[in-house]
Amino acid sequence: MSEHHGPAKGIKRWIFATNHKDIGTLYLWFSFAMFIIGGAFAMIIRAELFQPGLQMISPEFFNQMTTMHGLVMVFGAIMPSFVGLANWLIPMMIGAPDMALPRMNNLSFWLLPFAFTVLLSSLFMEGGAPNFGWTFYAPLSTTYAPPSVTFFIFGVHLMGASSIMGSINIIATVMNMRAPGMTYMKMPLFVWTWLITAFLLVAVMPVLAGAVTMMLMDIHFGTSFFNAAGGGDPVLFQHVFWFFGHPEVYIIILPAFGVVSQIIPAFSRKPLFGYDSMVYATASIAFLSFIVWAHHMYTVGMPIAGELFFMYATMLIAVPTGVKVFNWITTMFKGSITFETPMLFSIGFVFLFTIGGFTGLMLAIAPADVQYHDSYFVVAHFHYVMVAGAVFSMSAAIYYWLPKWCGRMYDETMGKVHFWIAFIGFNIAFFPQHFVGLAGMPRRIPDYALQFTDFNMMSSIGAFIYGAAQILFLFNVIRTIVAGKKVDDPQVWEGAQGLEWTIPTPAPYHTFTTPPQVK
Amino acid sequence: MYLHAKQLWRPVLLPAIIALCGASTTAVAEPGRWQMNMPRGATGVSSSIYDIHMLTFIICCVIGIGVFVFMFYSLVAFRKSKGHEPATFHDNTTTEILWTVIPFFILLAMAWPATKTMLEVYDTDEADMDILVTGYQWKWSYEYILEDGENVKFFSNLSTPQNEINNLSEKNANYLLEVDNPLVIPAGKKVRFLLTANDVIHSWWVPDLGVKKDAIPGFVNEAWTRVDREGVYRGQCAELCGKNHGFMPVVVKVTSEQEFDSWIADKQSEAAEVKELMSQQFNLEELMERGEAVYQRTCLACHGAKGEGGVGKPIAGSSVATGDIGEQLNIVVNGVPGTAMQAFGGQMNDLETAAVATYLRNAFGNNMGDMVQAVDVYNFKKGGGSSDE
Repeated sequence: MSEHHGPAKGIKRWIFATNHKDIGTLYLWFSFAMFIIGGAFAMIIRAELFQPGLQMISPEFFNQMTTMHGLVMVFGAIMPSFVGLANWLIPMMIGAPDMALPRMNNLSFWLLPFAFTVLLSSLFMEGGAPNFGWTFYAPLSTTYAPPSVTFFIFGVHLMGASSIMGSINIIATVMNMRAPGMTYMKMPLFVWTWLITAFLLVAVMPVLAGAVTMMLMDIHFGTSFFNAAGGGDPVLFQHVFWFFGHPEVYIIILPAFGVVSQIIPAFSRKPLFGYDSMVYATASIAFLSFIVWAHHMYTVGMPIAGELFFMYATMLIAVPTGVKVFNWITTMFKGSITFETPMLFSIGFVFLFTIGGFTGLMLAIAPADVQYHDSYFVVAHFHYVMVAGAVFSMSAAIYYWLPKWCGRMYDETMGKVHFWIAFIGFNIAFFPQHFVGLAGMPRRIPDYALQFTDFNMMSSIGAFIYGAAQILFLFNVIRTIVAGKKVDDPQVWEGAQGLEWTIPTPAPYHTFTTPPQVK
Repeated sequence: MYLHAKQLWRPVLLPAIIALCGASTTAVAEPGRWQMNMPRGATGVSSSIYDIHMLTFIICCVIGIGVFVFMFYSLVAFRKSKGHEPATFHDNTTTEILWTVIPFFILLAMAWPATKTMLEVYDTDEADMDILVTGYQWKWSYEYILEDGENVKFFSNLSTPQNEINNLSEKNANYLLEVDNPLVIPAGKKVRFLLTANDVIHSWWVPDLGVKKDAIPGFVNEAWTRVDREGVYRGQCAELCGKNHGFMPVVVKVTSEQEFDSWIADKQSEAAEVKELMSQQFNLEELMERGEAVYQRTCLACHGAKGEGGVGKPIAGSSVATGDIGEQLNIVVNGVPGTAMQAFGGQMNDLETAAVATYLRNAFGNNMGDMVQAVDVYNFKKGGGSSDE
């Protein structure tokens, strides 16, 4: 059966999109736009921190920049990019014609541009944008917040609704629309990691919604959830926030694990070493993520029993995370390895994510965290897992699947140059932040003592290099779509495995209208 | 006793770690340029924290070297360009059990000393003295809770000149890490800190003391230190607390016991002198002079150097500063709930309040010509105008 109809013409194709590939494309371009905006905020931050003293921006604006950088990157860039990837790939990987709930899929995307318009518009409001950090601790974010906090709350509600719908859709698709013979333990790891991530999202996004709603009540309706003067509890906010926030960081990293687990076997030309143990490790990490939240709060004055419980639970996460890293490198062992751009980014991911994992283990040690907490050591740690983790794996994914999506090959040399500039720039930017953090530099300060100057200068230079690399990335992607060399081999990559490589290249508008038989 | 990290450190692992980090990371007492590691600090706790930090760091380095050597060996040895044919093996139960169980035992080796150190950090019993530390936007106040005589209380503000921050003059060596009134504690005594905050959450951090504890409105947290070495130790607020979060340092001066005793006695007599001053009448020039000093210390951050406003409302031409004195005092003393304007009644003495009120009425082009005396503020507070009576 040939295609019975193609996409609608013009702008309507995108506004009324219900095709999983179109919606995936929308998500990916939206997240890239947010990545550029969030990156611009980071450049402003690093420019101000290039030297001690206040040179370019005021402390008020600096706080708005750190807050907006965090919010835009986490909720606007990284999360939607992986939802976009899920939309494109999950139906193609499990042999389904589309997502289970295509109209809801449209709504869950189209909420996002409105959410971020609301959030970003606060930059132009009287009193400025939210300035209380992406973790928005009360009462700085309630009693002492600028008026734009209400817009921020509304924006977070919209993003939350979008995420919940997106994840319900993924759960419904994976559970109901697998091709005959595609049992759970045959699903590609990317599908597995997303299934688990979707459950995490459904579990914790309502908690975030609850936290911001309590803020809204405190600000406008006279309640005192977080106001000590009214009998409330500022620490309650942190418990609620991190009950969302810790699973959130795994929401970001688990799909990245999935991507890397697809790419490393492909370019090692050897099956993933331990598929089952990867699935179990992912599930263990997801479970543990619910019982470790207060390791973000070692200095709030919890009872010693609480400190120790959260320390032990957090340390345990090292075990399944270790299993994952061991699996990836054992997959490479005795393979037949080539170093195309997706593989380079995946190796970069394994290397740098492991460093981020080690600093994570160090941060888990409660007494040592007395020194690390809220210092640049933490900033270095989470950029190693968020940027070198999530963003590197996303770059790998784009290079890996882009030829399948658009039937054109990216420029390999340019891809490799992108990788090396990004890798070097990233490390110059973030490795020295470990040092200034250990030496005593607090995070979220617009100006610093003189002994931190040298490493900060280095860090800023690295950040500019890393930022410039993304322009090259954008250029390479656009050039590929417009003028890349045509590919029509369904396989694209010699070692690639999975159903998405059995359909023609470029992927037709409708795929698997008759389900394939999986043996 | 667990193995001290430094015993492993020098002979065995230093060369490996130098290779990894590109430089050695020994602790230095004074934070200096290119400092890469946590300071060992000046207390037993900070030293234990340093040891547990180095222990986990070294374990991570050893595992990391193992993992990365294996990975890079695989990347070099099994390249397709060298004609290496892929193996097809996968899953090996023994290997998978080993790499689950062994890390678990390594974790136990870290958890044990970490637990001991944590118990030490939390041992706030049997302190020789108590100091109430209160975080304000954006300064610290210290109140010595004394058994004999009156408590000593003062504020500790950043003393770095604005010109240095704005790059108009050369930055001094303690740029952003200097205050007008440091916290003074006696060497060799166990000092317990009771931490709270007046507005938002702050966090009191001095790396060399190994103390970081959040100061939270409505809570009283406890921390402690015993410093044997006399000297000056510097730190900063560690929890984002608004605009001037980067500008509220902590400076702790550790002195001999005799020196401390005489310092406390001085502080007590100083307080008595201030009380004395409160009963006096001042003329406009004197009040303006005192008021300007108070303004620059307390109000300028929000209301601007020329009273032009910022986070706070403008003072120049303000209807409050040029209106009824009672209403003006009400705002200065009790603040405006729900805004950044705090209740300064408890932060300034009556003379300071009177002086700053007078200053606001007569500076920035507000030529009211009238003045407020300390006794007026006292009467205002007495008359039910204060929220903390």
